[in-house]
Amino acid sequence: MGEQAAAVIGTGQTRHTTKRHDVSIAGLCREAVDRALADANMDIADIDAVVLGKAPDLFEGVMMPELALSDAIGATGKPMMRVHTAGSVGGSTANVAANLVRSGTHRRVLAIAFEKQSESNAMWALSIAVPFNMPVNAGAGGYFAPHVRSYIRRSGAPEEIGARVAVKDRRNGVRNEFAHLRQPDITLESVQASTMLWDPIRFDETCPSSDGAAAVVITDEHSAGKRAAWIHATAMRTEPTTYSGRDQVNPRAGRDAAAALWRDAGITDPLSEVDVAEIYVPFSWFEPMWLENLGFAEEGKGWVLTEAGETEPTGRLPVNPSGGVLCSNPIGASGMVRFAEAAMQVMGSAGEHQVDGARTALGHAYGGGSQYFSMWLVRSEKP
Amino acid sequence: MTDVAVVGYASSPSVRETQGTTNGVEMLVPLFSEVFAETGLRKSEVGFWCSGSSDYLAGRAFSFIAAVDAIGAVPPINESHVEMDAAWAAFEAMVAIRTGEVDTAVVYGFGKSSAGELRKILALQLDPYTLAPLWPDSVSVAALQARAGIDAGAWTEQQMAEVVAASRRKARANPRSQLSGEYTAEELLAQPRFADPLRRHDCAPVTDGAAVLVLAGAERAEDLCERPAWIGGMSHRVETPHLGERDLSTSVSTKAAAADLDIGGVRLAELHAPFSHQEILLRQAIGLDEAVEVNPSGGPLAGNPMFAAGLSRIGEAASRIHDGSADAALAHATSGPALQQNLLCVLRGER
Repeated sequence: MGEQAAAVIGTGQTRHTTKRHDVSIAGLCREAVDRALADANMDIADIDAVVLGKAPDLFEGVMMPELALSDAIGATGKPMMRVHTAGSVGGSTANVAANLVRSGTHRRVLAIAFEKQSESNAMWALSIAVPFNMPVNAGAGGYFAPHVRSYIRRSGAPEEIGARVAVKDRRNGVRNEFAHLRQPDITLESVQASTMLWDPIRFDETCPSSDGAAAVVITDEHSAGKRAAWIHATAMRTEPTTYSGRDQVNPRAGRDAAAALWRDAGITDPLSEVDVAEIYVPFSWFEPMWLENLGFAEEGKGWVLTEAGETEPTGRLPVNPSGGVLCSNPIGASGMVRFAEAAMQVMGSAGEHQVDGARTALGHAYGGGSQYFSMWLVRSEKP
Repeated sequence: MTDVAVVGYASSPSVRETQGTTNGVEMLVPLFSEVFAETGLRKSEVGFWCSGSSDYLAGRAFSFIAAVDAIGAVPPINESHVEMDAAWAAFEAMVAIRTGEVDTAVVYGFGKSSAGELRKILALQLDPYTLAPLWPDSVSVAALQARAGIDAGAWTEQQMAEVVAASRRKARANPRSQLSGEYTAEELLAQPRFADPLRRHDCAPVTDGAAVLVLAGAERAEDLCERPAWIGGMSHRVETPHLGERDLSTSVSTKAAAADLDIGGVRLAELHAPFSHQEILLRQAIGLDEAVEVNPSGGPLAGNPMFAAGLSRIGEAASRIHDGSADAALAHATSGPALQQNLLCVLRGER
């Protein structure tokens, strides 16, 4: 751990939706910032530094938008940083903000992440030719579908596991006032009857495109009161998009990040010691895949936890009680939403989707071609 | 918190156009080799990697991911990226070392400005609803600032020409510079105006380039470098994006950053001033007197690789500590239209 203890003392997010035509990019960010500050019982004047994260600038068509947003996010006159680590960026942004406090550099830091996908076309932004590579031109779903097929083949998981995850997460979303998609009537059958988009990923097993923002206030122990999510460990790992022997289904970068996280947090049995996990699952099958990658299950056995209902809100390890990325995907903010939801759970502020007695929670995000990983482990107890 | 030092630095030649990809890989690979050879650090020992670059400059999303191919990140690395000049990546890396979790970091920045029309691309940094649709290019915005300073009596066109002449002259000793030569201020003032009151030579050239910096904590620094450049302090601020709300003839963000730092004993400064008037402006804002030598490398007017030039200022200043020619140096980096965001870093030969 760092030299200073650091804690989340406030979180805020917007109601995620397809198009927020009622606000500008600045207005969207400000909504999350104001809610996080109110939750922390602070004013923007109390903040020492601001860290903003988002996915590619081409998603909104604004180069380094934090420059134009500095007034709206309360950064003017303060140190401001802009993080970009692909889809994991929301998590990385929170980790960078945590380091500013843990290192003793600043005492009260605001971290914010957003994506306003309706300003542009993400499919276009993701389809610009990469030198020396064959274009995929299929967006994220087409890119990840072969990884999912490979997982099913390797693990022998029953076909309906993906649909089970979708049913759980969309029903969870009903209890989250900020979730984009809410499907109280969703069933295994309705998911399996939905359109096949990228075999084996069906429409109802796919995240939406959302406009949304999230923010967290992270402080040192002098500013943190009783209601705080203490950051016990953070981890980030990166590996190249392609290399000989790379395992895209169970990437080593994710395994290494998780191993570092558990080590630094003093956790030896994650499944027993973690009360709730907010894991970045943009396509349903990534729940069992990441359960293995994170070490909650041995390789090839993640689906067993899902099938047994252990990832339901009442299970042994509730996964994505917020509804997760399957319900809301403001890309650059999705990682921070995971990190914020983990903090909310141990602060007891998750409202209707609160997991009873949650004291230890994981926030997880990944990005690129399953090659960027960021995570944190928060607890209601001080380190 | 632990002390952190700059222990290694390498930069590519500043050139008008490279043949490589916009991912920076071709420029970065030799620089990594150079800093590893210089410091004796091995790739597997690096605790943290952090880079600075821009997707808009590269013309594609996730260009920094492809840049990771320059590292050979197998096994996976502890890595982060800022969509800013890599001077801020150096700040993030310094913070990571201060947490005590890592003891070394490699920081890099790269930019291939030749891939597009730089002054037009930078217009997309302005407010997307009210300003960017008018396409005020970066040179025109800088010209507004130059005029504001002339009108306020903060500098003159003669002084601006003298800054350029000094940069060109000093750059003759820097083999990596893009522009150098012997000119008098009078010769320069005889040139036509380009964006009134700026002449072409008042503007940094469009440059392709990259830079790499190695940082280490107190435990490792002296193993890796005979005379580490200890970071006495690093501070930065951002200003409002609304040009009309700023006094463009000065820099309140630079002044605030300077107020955080002890710049006593500094006799050398590398200032990230892509326009001649900005060197004068920054000198005034920081409070550097005439005895302080500015931009002995030639500075950005001799070569301005976007997203690496600020990091290079830290590297160039650190190099003067490393070789013993300075005991204390100041480095400055900027980002955004007309010096909207500024970072200062004090480096010292003694801890």
